[in-house]
Amino acid sequence: MIKIESLSKRYGPVTVVDGVSLTIERGTITVIVGTSGSGKSTLLRMINRLVEPSGGRVLIDNRDTAAEPAHLLRRRIGYAIQGHGLFPHRSVAENIATVPRLLGWKVARIRARVEELLAVFQLDPAAFAGKYPHQLSGGQQQRVGVARALAAEPVVLLMDEPFGALDPIIRTKAQDDLRGIQRRFGTTIVLVTHDMDEAFRLGDRVAVMSDGKVLQYDRPAMLLTRPADPFVSRLTGTGDRALKLLSLTTAAEASEPGAAEGPSVAASASLRDVLSELVWSGAAEATVMGADGKPAGRLTIAAILARGRQA
Amino acid sequence: MNPDAMTVPAARTVHLDRLGTLLSVVGVAALWLLPFVVFKINRIVSGHPRVLFDVLPLWSTLTFYLTLTLVAVIAVAVGNARIRLIAALLGIVAVALVIGGAADALTPPGNRWVRISPGAGFWVLLIALGLVATDAIARLQPRPAIRVLALLVTAAVVAAALASGYFDHLSIMREYAVNASRFAREARQHVLLAVGSLVAAVLFGLPLGVLCHRLPRIRAAILEVLSLIQTIPSIALFGILMVPLGALAAREPWAGQLGISGIGAAPAVIALFLYSLLPVVVNTVAGLARVSPATVDAARGMGLTNWQILIDIEFILALPVILTGIRIVLVQNIGLVTIAALIGGGGFGTFVFQGLGQTAIDLVLLGAIPTVALAFSSAVLLDAVVDVMNKTLR
Repeated sequence: MIKIESLSKRYGPVTVVDGVSLTIERGTITVIVGTSGSGKSTLLRMINRLVEPSGGRVLIDNRDTAAEPAHLLRRRIGYAIQGHGLFPHRSVAENIATVPRLLGWKVARIRARVEELLAVFQLDPAAFAGKYPHQLSGGQQQRVGVARALAAEPVVLLMDEPFGALDPIIRTKAQDDLRGIQRRFGTTIVLVTHDMDEAFRLGDRVAVMSDGKVLQYDRPAMLLTRPADPFVSRLTGTGDRALKLLSLTTAAEASEPGAAEGPSVAASASLRDVLSELVWSGAAEATVMGADGKPAGRLTIAAILARGRQA
Repeated sequence: MNPDAMTVPAARTVHLDRLGTLLSVVGVAALWLLPFVVFKINRIVSGHPRVLFDVLPLWSTLTFYLTLTLVAVIAVAVGNARIRLIAALLGIVAVALVIGGAADALTPPGNRWVRISPGAGFWVLLIALGLVATDAIARLQPRPAIRVLALLVTAAVVAAALASGYFDHLSIMREYAVNASRFAREARQHVLLAVGSLVAAVLFGLPLGVLCHRLPRIRAAILEVLSLIQTIPSIALFGILMVPLGALAAREPWAGQLGISGIGAAPAVIALFLYSLLPVVVNTVAGLARVSPATVDAARGMGLTNWQILIDIEFILALPVILTGIRIVLVQNIGLVTIAALIGGGGFGTFVFQGLGQTAIDLVLLGAIPTVALAFSSAVLLDAVVDVMNKTLR
């Protein structure tokens, strides 16, 4: 658990982060979203003390982060950034091994960890371990960057616009992969982005920042249905908010028992996708298929529309 | 008329090599218009050019001209870089054999006063052939290891040729024979001055470069001061240093014991050190600036200490650029050390200035040729190192 207590950063007369307090639950993804200059990156960088706070404090598992030397703190916290920041003179394996080496892990343990991570990130260890960053595609470099951040099994992973340099198709894939990896390792992730869709897609909770303050910190659905501030609704956008809301709920969550006619949809599909499928096929209801491949329930168009209405 | 009958097989056009043509014209002109070998009754009088046909047997002179003609034809018309290189080397060997043979033939037995010098024609021809050879090597794009190997082989061949005694009647070798023991001493002194001031400049310039990189506020001031030093002519800088160093040596006995005085090696090393600082500092700053900020941010974010970031990341990534600066400094220093002889610093310049004083041009060459060879060799060596670095640290 990360506890941020009235954290501030001032540069001379300018206040970049202004008394922010947040509690981030263990094993969740928290997305800090805001326009450029909102102070979101500074807030993130104060968690691993790349920026030293002017006031307030950060507790990780009830330990004050100021209590130990900054470089030792950072070795316990994963850090991934836009444009990956890989070391161009070191191979993929050496890049991933950076923090375990700093921590003095045994060679065999480092090798095993590097191979495990390469496999998790769908990079064949035999083919990729010895390659250099310039030999990889943008998507591969980004994956190695995240693998490197996770190498020493950190409890917390900080990510600063990690997908900003990727094209839209690879970005969506990378976001899905991050979700899977977060579930696999149970890492607590704090991610900064200016992309509201990314925030909605990834965040268990989203903090909206403007002018150094957190305007609202809540579940994504609440940002849509109960915006705390006109700026929040401006940022989330009002034109397609019903569809955005539908995209936050899966078919499994909304389905009711019973058999149905009509197209079959995956339990993990969002209501937005199910609605699209129903409009396309002209059917009034869909069959929700369970993970075992058998029908698990039904979903009517009326039920979906009800979910998309302002609660 | 059948149009097909008009098509003839395309003639194989001979592509004229522009550089080769130019150098061949220069070479031929040098051979016809300039003296190839000069006879002097002693080392300081001006000499009389000799015609090769009068000096060497007819057949060897004809073979020489035929060989050079062949080299010229290849330089003009053959595109294959290997053949061009072999031809140029063949030409250089021929020129060397002929000048050595001519010196032998022109020296009366037992006479140690006459001087047989290579004439302007010899030098122009040698330079033209050397350019054809280096151009061919550049076209072959050899790997760094091959270039270093070629340099070593060339040095070994030249050393063996000079040691063989074949060139002993040549004027420069006559001067060498007279100065043999001093030559080794001045060579050592030359290298010591050039490398010593370089090492001092690196030891002082690297931290200064890091400082400039970290503190942009002082960067402009430091670089301006270093540029200003570069604009001071070397003779003037020696003069400026002479006063304080002389005063220091006069006041403090320990300074004199360390060998510090107004003239000699101390002001030479200090002047060379000051000239060396700018390239070292500028290239260190440029190399560090080349390191991506994202890489440094990621390194810091992962918990590398400032020292680890500087040594393991920034410095290694900046190394090719820093080494380029060191190459510039070394070549520059090897040339500049020559001037140090003026204030008693020693080095090959001693022969140059002595020769100028005596109007003995062969003695000047005895100082100048090794200086050029030394500078050229160190440039080839360090270029190879920089290439290897750039390949590994893309």
